[in-house]
Amino acid sequence: MKKRYIFLICYMVVLFIPIYWMINTSLKTDNEILKELTLIPKDLTFQNYAEIFTSSLWRSSFMNSLIYVCLNVVISLIAAIPAAYAFSRWKFRGSHHLFFWLLTNRMAPAAVFMVPFTELYYTLQIYDTHLAVALAHCLFNIPLAIWILEGFMSGIPREIDETALIDGYSFPRFFGKIFFPLIAPGVGVAAFFCFTFSWIELILAKALTITDAKPVVVTLTVGIGAEGVRWGLLAAAGVLTMVPGAIVVYFVRNYIAKGFALGRV
Amino acid sequence: MKNRGWLFLIPALAILSISAFIPLMTVINYSLHYIFAGSSPTFVGFDNYIEVLRDPAFQGALIRQLFFSMGILAVEVPLGICIALSMPRRGPAVALCLVLLGIPLLIPFNVVGIIARVLTQSSVGLIPEFLALFNYDFNVSKYPVDAFATIFLLDVWHWTPLVALLCYAGLQAIPDAFYQAARIDGASSWKMFRYVTLPKLRSVLIIGVLLRFMDSFKIYAEPLLLTGGGPGDATTFLSLHVARKAESYQLGYAGASSFIYLFIVIVFSYIFFQLMTNIGKGENQ
Repeated sequence: MKKRYIFLICYMVVLFIPIYWMINTSLKTDNEILKELTLIPKDLTFQNYAEIFTSSLWRSSFMNSLIYVCLNVVISLIAAIPAAYAFSRWKFRGSHHLFFWLLTNRMAPAAVFMVPFTELYYTLQIYDTHLAVALAHCLFNIPLAIWILEGFMSGIPREIDETALIDGYSFPRFFGKIFFPLIAPGVGVAAFFCFTFSWIELILAKALTITDAKPVVVTLTVGIGAEGVRWGLLAAAGVLTMVPGAIVVYFVRNYIAKGFALGRV
Repeated sequence: MKNRGWLFLIPALAILSISAFIPLMTVINYSLHYIFAGSSPTFVGFDNYIEVLRDPAFQGALIRQLFFSMGILAVEVPLGICIALSMPRRGPAVALCLVLLGIPLLIPFNVVGIIARVLTQSSVGLIPEFLALFNYDFNVSKYPVDAFATIFLLDVWHWTPLVALLCYAGLQAIPDAFYQAARIDGASSWKMFRYVTLPKLRSVLIIGVLLRFMDSFKIYAEPLLLTGGGPGDATTFLSLHVARKAESYQLGYAGASSFIYLFIVIVFSYIFFQLMTNIGKGENQ
C-alpha cells in the first residue's frame, strides 16, 4: 500500500523537474544562466516577466491565442454535440464508415494540410484571422469531441429520451433541460481536450497567420536558433503559456474527475 | 426516421468539409501532378509516389518514425498503467493528482522543445552537467544517440500522463465487486491484474494506444527546436521530412509523401484497433 505512493510521488517529482527548471530559468538573469548552473536563482529577478508584460507583441499574441482557442472550442462543441448524439442513438446507413472516417481526420498529420489550408483560406479571404486557425483546428478537435461525447452519451439509457418525449417535451427542450445536464461532465472533458490540443498546436497556427492573428506559440519560436538566445525570456514566456492551461484544468477539474469517474473518455 | 441521424451531422460535416475534406482532395491532386512555380501543373500519374518510395531520405525517416512510435508505446503504456494503479481511488488527493497529471499535457509542443533546449544546452544545462558526473559527454548537437534519446524521453515525459489519465478513468469504472470476487477465489495480485483489471481496461487502452500512435507520427516541433532534425538526420521524423518538402514548394513530392504517410498511419491504426479489440474478446465472456 505504501510502496505505490512512494512510486507515485517519485513520478510526480520527475514530472515536475523540467517544469521547475523552466520556472527556475525564467527567474534568473541572463548572466547567471550562461555563467553557471544554479538550482535556485541567486539573484531573483522578475525582469523577464516584466519585459513580456510591457511588450505589445507578447500581449497581443497571448490574446490572439486565447481568442482562436476559445472560438475553436465553441465551434467544435456546437458541431460535435449533435453529431455525437446521432452516433450514440441511431445506427443509420453508413454510420460506421463515417465514424472511422472522422477518426482518420484525427490521425491526419497537420504538416500534410499546411499548403492546402493556406490556399483555401486565401480564397475564402479569411487567411490571417482568428477564424482561420479556429476552423483549421476543427480538423482534429471535432473528431475528438465526437469520440469523447459519443462515449458519454452512450452511457445514458435511451429510455430517458423516450420517456421525455412521451411526457410531451419538445426535442430542443428535452435536449436543453434533461439531456444536456446529464452529459455536462462529458462536455467538460471534451472542452478540456479541445482546448488542450488547440492551445498547443503549432504547425497550422504558424502557417495560417502572419501578423493580425499571430499566436503566442509562434512568437515563442521567433529568435530560437539565433546566436545569443535570451533563455530567461523564452523560459518566462514558456511558463506564461502554461498558465491559461493550468487555469482551465483548475476550473474543469471537477468535471474531469466526474468524467473520469464515469469511466467514459 | 433512421436517417434522421444525417441531419444531426450537418454542422460537423459542413465544418469538416472545409477543414478536412477539401484540403485532403487538394493534397491528392498535388500528388498526381508535377508542379513547378510559374508554369501550370502537368499530370504525371503516380510518378511522384514512385519517386517518394525510392527516396532514401523518405525511407530513413519512415524507419526512424516506426522505431520511435513503437518505442514510446512500449514505454508509455506500461508506465501509464503503473501510475494509474498507484493513484488513490477516492478522497481529496484524486483531484490533485488529476490536475498535476494534466499540466504537462497543456504545455505547447514548442515550449516542450524550449524546455528540452534549456535542459540540454551544453555546459550549462541540467542534463549534461548531471551526466558529466559520470564522465559521459552529452551533446545533442553532436551525437545522434543523445539527440534521439532526448526526443524519446521528452515524449515519454510529455505524454505518459495522458495514458495514465485514460487508464485511471478505466480503473474507476471497474466495480469493487469484481476484486472481491477474485479475492474470495484466492487470486494473487498479479492474477487479479491479468484477469480482472487488464481486460476491463481494454477499451481505454485502445483509445490510449491509438491516440499515442497517431500523435507520435505528428511529432514535429520538438526535434525542430532541439536540433532542427539533426545531427545528420538522426531526429528527422516523417512529419519533419514532409513539412520540409512542402516549405520548399515541392508540392508534388510533398503531396505524394503526405498521402503515403496518412495511408501508413491509417493502416497501422486499423491493425492495432483490430488486434486490441480481438485479443480480449475471448476472456471477457
